[in-house]
Amino acid sequence: MTDVLTQPRPIRLKGRSFLALALTPEMPFEDWLVRLDDLAARSAGFFLRRPVVLNVEELDIDRSQLRELVAQLAARNVRVMGIEGARPSLLGADLPPAMTDGRPASDFEAPAAEDGDEDARPAAAAVEDVAPAMAPQPVRAMPSIIVTEPVRSGQSLFFPEGDVTVVGSVASGAEIVAGGSIHVYGTLRGRAMAGTTGNGAARIFCRKLEAELIAIDGFYKTAEDMEPDLRGKAVQIWLEGEAIKAGTLG
Amino acid sequence: MGKVVVVTSGKGGVGKTTSSAALGAALAQGGEKVVVVDFDVGLRNLDLVMGAERRVVYDLVNVIQGEAKLTQALIRDKRVETLYLLPASQTRDKDNLTPEGVEKVVASLRKAFDWVICDSPAGIESGATLAMRHADVAIVVTNPEVSSVRDSDRIIGLLDSKTVKAEKGERMEKHLLLTRYDPARAQRGDMLKVDDVLDILSIPLLGIIPESMDVLRASNVGSPVTLADGSSAPARAYFDAARRLKGEELPITVPGEKRGFFGKIFGRKAA
Repeated sequence: MTDVLTQPRPIRLKGRSFLALALTPEMPFEDWLVRLDDLAARSAGFFLRRPVVLNVEELDIDRSQLRELVAQLAARNVRVMGIEGARPSLLGADLPPAMTDGRPASDFEAPAAEDGDEDARPAAAAVEDVAPAMAPQPVRAMPSIIVTEPVRSGQSLFFPEGDVTVVGSVASGAEIVAGGSIHVYGTLRGRAMAGTTGNGAARIFCRKLEAELIAIDGFYKTAEDMEPDLRGKAVQIWLEGEAIKAGTLG
Repeated sequence: MGKVVVVTSGKGGVGKTTSSAALGAALAQGGEKVVVVDFDVGLRNLDLVMGAERRVVYDLVNVIQGEAKLTQALIRDKRVETLYLLPASQTRDKDNLTPEGVEKVVASLRKAFDWVICDSPAGIESGATLAMRHADVAIVVTNPEVSSVRDSDRIIGLLDSKTVKAEKGERMEKHLLLTRYDPARAQRGDMLKVDDVLDILSIPLLGIIPESMDVLRASNVGSPVTLADGSSAPARAYFDAARRLKGEELPITVPGEKRGFFGKIFGRKAA
């Protein structure tokens, strides 16, 4: 027996960040692919099981060239999960999706090419060498940012590291994505997504609630689902289990 | 060195061109040397509103492409001798506006005039971003309705990020010009209230221009409303806005409101 779902459970939308290898091809592609082949020959499996993002920001190429490049890489077992820095017109449904807002991380160590022992080195050994070295993170206070300007329509504030405080309003059509809590000392008219990196204890506070959408740890509510008597009030929003709760402040 | 003012809005049809012409003419009548530049390449209107459509020989694109000198393209107004127009091209594509070309033209206009008023095209594409790029001051033209207000908010965001001033880490001076304000509709509650618009956009108010047949009539005879009938309600509102632009502090009148509403509106110095 299956229960009939009277109240459909919403899909959870969560943000998560991963470390990917960013490849920056250079023109002409033929030469670059030769160098890539050379790298792959020195360490078979360097690209195997590794998420790869193609950065084409500096390149002046058209769609067919890009498609050809992705195909060439696929033939070398390099699977491209996304493309960074491409004009929207370059991308289509048949190409990997656009990726934006990438932040630099520590470089991947490419296998060393020492002329002498190149042949002596067994390819299999190199595979183990290339695991990215993770530097131990020093203990520090939870980061947060304070924005003293109004967040305007079309602007997106992305801060997965911690709390976001806005001294001003968040406009309709603007969005704030925070790993921690979101505080808005003004009217929240746009979207606020708190605890996106899996922090269910994050909360959203605003002086005046007019939000289009609010979410905590992937659980969300649209303006339509919010209790109408909270509109226009000073409100805090938190998560209890899987339910979004909201109450007036002060 | 003159001031470069961009008149922008995001949304079309809110009154950018009318306001550019009216403010330009108002400033020029006060003795300032003014040039109004039409950035709406391909859809030029400013020449019509200023009544100069039959005197256009060269345009902004010609100057940028080096086909004409700036002095050849500038058209002097027949009524106010310190008022000039730099028309847009109607036949060329807006891709002909290059960032380097615009920078050069704006820089030389800035040297020769007290005020360079850039009439921006609608939208947020290259034409609009180039028009705002070198501005010192922005006038955001908004109608009291939700879509216009949201588009203006978007434009304010761009003014704070895509302009030379913003990139240098300086603060762009922004003013709100509320146009096509209809007192009758405001009283019925069919329009956003002045307070609501100010609350959402949180930039200082430069003026409120009432919806009026005088504006349409002036456009049709090819005259900025501040030249056609200086005593009409919209003209007076534009004259006041021009004085505020020069830094004067004047109380703002909400059309249709007779009571002491002024202090309340003017008192709010928004963010």
